[in-house]
Amino acid sequence: MTPMTPFIILAASMTSQIVTPVIILGAMGLIFGLVLAFAAKVFTVTVDPRVEQIISVLPGANCGACGSAGCSGYADSVVNGGAPCNLCAPGGAAVAKAIAGIMGTEAGAVEKKVAVIHCSSGGRDNTKWKYAYKGIESCLSAASIAGGPNSCSWGCIGFNDCVKACMFGAISIDESGMRVIDPEKCTACGACVKACPRKLIELVPLKNSVHIKCSSQDKGPLARQSCGNEKPCLGCGICSRKCPVQAITIENNLARIDYAKCVNCGICATVCPSGAILDLLGGRRKKAEINGELCIGCTICAKSCPVEAISGEAKQAHKIDRDKCVGCEVCVGKCPKQAIKMT
Amino acid sequence: MNFLGQLFVMAVSAIFIQNFVLSRFLGLCPYLGVSKKMDSAFGMGMAVIFVMTMASAICFLIYKYLLVPYGLTYLSTLAFILTIAALVQFVEMVIQKNAPALYKALGVYLPLITTNCAVLGVAILNITPLADGSTYNFLFATLNGFLSGVGFTFVLLAMAGIRQRLELVDMPKSMEGFASGMILAGTMALAFYGFMGLKI
Repeated sequence: MTPMTPFIILAASMTSQIVTPVIILGAMGLIFGLVLAFAAKVFTVTVDPRVEQIISVLPGANCGACGSAGCSGYADSVVNGGAPCNLCAPGGAAVAKAIAGIMGTEAGAVEKKVAVIHCSSGGRDNTKWKYAYKGIESCLSAASIAGGPNSCSWGCIGFNDCVKACMFGAISIDESGMRVIDPEKCTACGACVKACPRKLIELVPLKNSVHIKCSSQDKGPLARQSCGNEKPCLGCGICSRKCPVQAITIENNLARIDYAKCVNCGICATVCPSGAILDLLGGRRKKAEINGELCIGCTICAKSCPVEAISGEAKQAHKIDRDKCVGCEVCVGKCPKQAIKMT
Repeated sequence: MNFLGQLFVMAVSAIFIQNFVLSRFLGLCPYLGVSKKMDSAFGMGMAVIFVMTMASAICFLIYKYLLVPYGLTYLSTLAFILTIAALVQFVEMVIQKNAPALYKALGVYLPLITTNCAVLGVAILNITPLADGSTYNFLFATLNGFLSGVGFTFVLLAMAGIRQRLELVDMPKSMEGFASGMILAGTMALAFYGFMGLKI
């Protein structure tokens, strides 16, 4: 035995002690890595790149206004389920156009809508109370106790469930405790519509400016008694009869405006005996006037006028009866020569 | 003892007496983290059962046919982590391709438990000699993984049920959330301590 032998044996056993585990674990890692790399190829799920693109243009609020479970769900249903590209309310026309660009289709027009509360009550000084409610500050909770604490069982309770539901901060509370909806911030996602236990909120096209501010289906005298703001809809039907375009119907003692037909003339608001109709343009309406030099007598305006205020022979300059004109501005948009101005 | 008797003993032991969460204190992060809602707790529980069963089986084979013959049992922790991580990744890919519905239900939870201590724990306990010196065979190791997963799911669901009810309770601000969750976990562990007295 040479003096070097113990060292050689030691070195050999150390080598086997180190090398074996390194080889075995290294081989395990290598095999697992190869298997995973192979599996990644075999089991790859092809995701349409357009889904990612659409997700990137969506606002990411996950509000659910489109009917899908969130922005990624909507992107998936646009690409794979054939959903229309204009369902995103918060994104509006810009997003619809972007999605249409990605999908290579035409964007349908997105009509900007805004939430409107159909009740003028619910503030600090304009609500009548049936009993003193001392529970959780929530409309849903209050409404479920003895038909709600306010005397009108159709009207706003005023605990601001809609404000809490709004994720865009579009509903604020003014000094009298009334809810004010900012049409700029409102994205018509419908969260407040769902939150209101009295179903007072409706999504209305932004261009419409005349609203019935009541949802009471009580008969006239009872509605008058219980309305804290003393501006209930009595169901008398005067508005319906005076409406030049038959946009108002009375059902269950309550007037309803068909927003598709309404021309924003505001006549209903002026004839309503109890002041239940809110006219946002009240007093600011102008009358239409035809510039005789530009008019070519095409009769389009006369045909489109809902109140037949325009008269004139074909190929002659037309005239507008200022007493009949309700200022709805329908003719202004129809005139091919831009001859009609509001004055 | 016949097979069914052994199975029963193992089930009672894995679910009640030696419960992973409340007796061994393994897998506490998902126990506190995913127990706020009943349905997510259920999804997590199913994922844990699945991964624990698979990990038990594969790790047992790795141990018996790779580590023991080469005298590398001291590396079992390392080898098991490697195996479990690769296995979960692989399984995730397979079900994403072949069972999209199952992937939607389990998908988010699978990566979460890849390196969970409960999963590694069951793999190591399966190779640890029992009180009488014997060790599990392959079948019992796999069954032990499955039953331990069931035990985990059981307490996770119980916890989620209690926490869902506590949501509605008027609680001091300082006790909301994890504070009450910790106290709950401790109380449940004390209750499970009572099972220690079972003689089977």
